[in-house]
Amino acid sequence: MSSRSDPQRGPRAIGGRAPDVFIPGGWVPMRQFDDADEVDFVIIGTGAGGATLAAKLAEAGFRVVGLDAGPFWRPLEDFASDEEEQNKLYWLQDRISGGQHPIEFGANNSGCSVGGSTVHFQMVVLRWRPEWFASRSKLGYGRDWPISWQEMWRYYDEVEDALKVSGPVRYPWGPSRGRYPYREHEVNAAGLVLAKGAEALGVEWCATPLATLSAPRGRAHPCVYRGFCKIGCSTNAKQSALTTWIPRALAAGAEIRDLATVAKIELGHTGVVGGVVYHRNGAWRRQRARHVVVAGYAIETPRLLLHSACPQHPQGLANSSGLVGKCLMAHSNHAVWGVMEEEIRWYKGPPSMAVCEHWNYEDQGKDFSGGYAFMSQGPLPVDHAKSLVSNTGMFGIELRQRMALYNHMAGLKIVGEVEPREVNRVELADEVDELGVPLPKTTFSFSDNDKRLYKHSKRFMRRMLEAAGARDFTETASTAHLMGTCRMGERPTDSVTNADGRTWDIPNLWICDGSLFPTSGGVNPSLTIQALAARTADRIATMAGRGEL
Amino acid sequence: MPERIFQTLYPEYDVLEKFHTPSWNAQTREVVSRRLHEVPGRRFFDELQWKTLQAVADRVIPQPERSDPVPIVPWIDARLSKGRGDGTRYASLPPQAECWRRGTDAIEAEAQQRYSRSFHVLDPVEQDLLLRALDDEETESPDWHGLPSRSFFRHVLLRAVVEVYYAHPAAWSEIGFGGPASPRGYVRLAANRRDPWEGDEATSQPVKVARRR
Repeated sequence: MSSRSDPQRGPRAIGGRAPDVFIPGGWVPMRQFDDADEVDFVIIGTGAGGATLAAKLAEAGFRVVGLDAGPFWRPLEDFASDEEEQNKLYWLQDRISGGQHPIEFGANNSGCSVGGSTVHFQMVVLRWRPEWFASRSKLGYGRDWPISWQEMWRYYDEVEDALKVSGPVRYPWGPSRGRYPYREHEVNAAGLVLAKGAEALGVEWCATPLATLSAPRGRAHPCVYRGFCKIGCSTNAKQSALTTWIPRALAAGAEIRDLATVAKIELGHTGVVGGVVYHRNGAWRRQRARHVVVAGYAIETPRLLLHSACPQHPQGLANSSGLVGKCLMAHSNHAVWGVMEEEIRWYKGPPSMAVCEHWNYEDQGKDFSGGYAFMSQGPLPVDHAKSLVSNTGMFGIELRQRMALYNHMAGLKIVGEVEPREVNRVELADEVDELGVPLPKTTFSFSDNDKRLYKHSKRFMRRMLEAAGARDFTETASTAHLMGTCRMGERPTDSVTNADGRTWDIPNLWICDGSLFPTSGGVNPSLTIQALAARTADRIATMAGRGEL
Repeated sequence: MPERIFQTLYPEYDVLEKFHTPSWNAQTREVVSRRLHEVPGRRFFDELQWKTLQAVADRVIPQPERSDPVPIVPWIDARLSKGRGDGTRYASLPPQAECWRRGTDAIEAEAQQRYSRSFHVLDPVEQDLLLRALDDEETESPDWHGLPSRSFFRHVLLRAVVEVYYAHPAAWSEIGFGGPASPRGYVRLAANRRDPWEGDEATSQPVKVARRR
């Protein structure tokens, strides 16, 4: 549209101002730093990890610059109700995907926007089961986290309040957690299919805790149930990093640079990093910083660390353990779909309005380690058709006729725990991108345990759908989310960072995103990434106060 | 063999009737208008590849009931000529542009190998059999040169075709999808309930369930 600037062509956050996400064409003032200023923190990536950290560090008085390769959207003026157009939200550069179960990237799990993947996430914000933070000691599989569940759950409180999560008064699973900040949403017909099945099978269900508003908040309106959440919320009901942490960061004096792609982290004086080399507006630039935080998610973070190898760190930065890029995890995302007699019209409302965490909290009756949550579904037409054809090879009138049942479909899909295994990994390819940075090359295969888990889930979900009245089933296999690749831990020999995300090898180099996860858990990761970031920010402020930075 | 006729549950519903209502914001009107009125010409594929793919698209999404079928190949061509990827390059497949050229040429070679005719002049039954053979990885032509035919067929070809087709208002209408919905979303979320701005299902037609072969 001629009246609008195109945020993909040139940076918007320049000249002492940044977009006001709540007003078409609006601006907010933004503090700016010079490249030659040694800022306190430069944060690479402004998604769930980076934006949360930027806001809290700026609020604690640090001088912060956040760099993001993506554009700075104003959802009200930039987002269409159109799957094709909204491909602009995704990280579309090639990643070479191998292994027995190659991961699909792009729209499936990777954003390229200020706000990162939270701009297109489905807003499902579930807490981890407490035992998962010590799954090796308590449950006998995986690895222990270096942080206690009680501490993480305190940060869940903080983040749920920051996002004004809408959820039930009483959550059926796990320790009591009090009521959610905003009331739960009315569950749509697709969610009530899950509810009916759960009640028939005697397991609990509830309205999914969602980071979309059920009541007005400031200048944001409540959710209007338009159902396009996965391709970007055009009304700002979604509590993404773009509409929550980024405005907070700007108000507290952080600078956010959009369309700024970091190619390398550079060493400064002996042993520590001195800043980053990045590309913006057609030019190469260097930002000096006392601390560098990598928050690019589980592919770009190890990619950047590996590519920043130098004579002092020939294996890549922070990689003396050899673990940078190792233990890449996705969630298994298998689904069962059926046809209902009733009209469901699953396109209305957020895609996953009902959830069952029964198999996250019940350990009996499993032939596998780990857990899974599953949720009701509401894919948009292109998304649904792509999943159908790539899983079944269906084509012709049969395909059109199957798609014509769209309004009668219901589905259940898992977020299934996947084991951390070193064979699943991110490496650098020989081929380079337009900035000369090697493309990432991933290897991913499900383990035998992972397979037993998703097979169990498909049997259970099919029974549940049958009990709810569905028939004529199809199944699909997929993955969701990205985790691991720079795990935190207790010791430099078997982890990349400590519990604070501070790398063992270089004391002023930090990581703050899903890369840190030692295990994957059976729920969507964004809440836990934000909780970790909130904790890291508090730890940094505490350490600074003690002179330990 | 006569083509099976496609049956919609929403014969009276046209999502474009909502174009000027609060369900469509300016951004959406702009991008969908371009899709309807600015169909691009051939730039990426050569003439034979274009014909082959047109014939493939006609088998993947047959539109016998339409005098003016939804264009599919022009949009695939446009995406490739702009070099826009989707973020994933399967390690078993070459880079996007090469993959499309090699795969399309191999479909033509497969037709020549089996029938000594071009794919686009085969009859629909032959075309379907050939496409099914790709999905079953039972190709006969040496011109595949190690390109995995099922992976190309499902993850590249089929996905691209449905990505274009189900982004078209005609497809939204035929499946009863509410279509664009911003700023106005929906109020009635329960089963068998619809808002006045949603398509009405033809109650006379029972829900037909397509069976997998």
